[in-house]
Amino acid sequence: MNVGEIVEHLGLQVLTGTDHLDGEVSGGYVADLLSCVMAGAEAGDLWITLQTHANIVAVASLLNVAAIVVAESAPVPESTLTKAAEQGVVILSSSQPVYETVSRLAALGV
Amino acid sequence: MREYRADLHVHTVLSACAEVEMIPPLIVEEALRKGLDIIAITDHNTTGNALAVRAAAAETGLTVLLGMELQTREEVDLLCIFDTEAGMAAWQSEADAQIPPLPNDPERFGPQYIVDSNGDFLAEDPRLLQGPTQFGLEEAARRVRALGGLVIPAHIDRPHNGLMAMLGLWPADLVADAAEVSYNMRPSEARRTFRFLPPDLALISNSDAHWLDWMGKAITIFELAAQPCLEELRRALQRLDGRCAYVP
Repeated sequence: MNVGEIVEHLGLQVLTGTDHLDGEVSGGYVADLLSCVMAGAEAGDLWITLQTHANIVAVASLLNVAAIVVAESAPVPESTLTKAAEQGVVILSSSQPVYETVSRLAALGV
Repeated sequence: MREYRADLHVHTVLSACAEVEMIPPLIVEEALRKGLDIIAITDHNTTGNALAVRAAAAETGLTVLLGMELQTREEVDLLCIFDTEAGMAAWQSEADAQIPPLPNDPERFGPQYIVDSNGDFLAEDPRLLQGPTQFGLEEAARRVRALGGLVIPAHIDRPHNGLMAMLGLWPADLVADAAEVSYNMRPSEARRTFRFLPPDLALISNSDAHWLDWMGKAITIFELAAQPCLEELRRALQRLDGRCAYVP
């Protein structure tokens, strides 16, 4: 399944990276501590988080994750959106809390 | 140049997690006993006891800087250190506007006492000070520097509320005067371990004392050309004109 299909199924909002929704999603990872994410997430993962600091873009880009999903409609600062747009990093927004977002992804087979 | 021994991260009884012995006269006495020349008072999200410690240190030769350990929205602890009462007060009012309106629970977290220079009780701060403010890291750093203060991310190596654990790498847009490593890590190891630390960033160490014994557990030596003041410390952190700062 690719990022675009997941956006459709979960009704996610695409905040950045509209041109990069064709990336295949191979798994998922959840954490807000970026040191954990750097150690644990893998390329192709969908990364679900409440962390919105601009460093999420650098970390996503380093690891080549498929997309960042910001849960609970947490507000994403302009500095983060600008960097993500520059670097072609996909940031999606879910109105659901992390638990609900992950449950729905699991039900989809991610 | 003269060497000054500094511990720029000391809590008082205004921090819920600090021991009740952390009152101005005892902090000053302990600092002098440990041979410290400069301390900064840095309670969680408040500068409320800093002037009382400075008053307690009058005529002792100990320099007391007025600081705060701000916790940012990202849950990163940031030392914000001022020289002047005006700078400190201006920063406190900006921080106050970003502290969530939650009450402290002294039974669970500990009491937060505002005291005078003798350590006598003046008031209890009812707010929950030990937690994140709404300030974003870079914005807080910009504001502190605009008000003339020093910005030093605290214990960047610590798993709890240290910058590296929370944010993974040094943020490209963060301007700081130095970074603090805890007593657990040597600055040289921090430079090898952490990604994207600016190569010219000064690394210092402080105790983060919550009880008297711990004061001076880690220190930084500043070689200064004049009497210690914030501007001299800033120049030493930038290694200007022969000044420097290092962890012994």
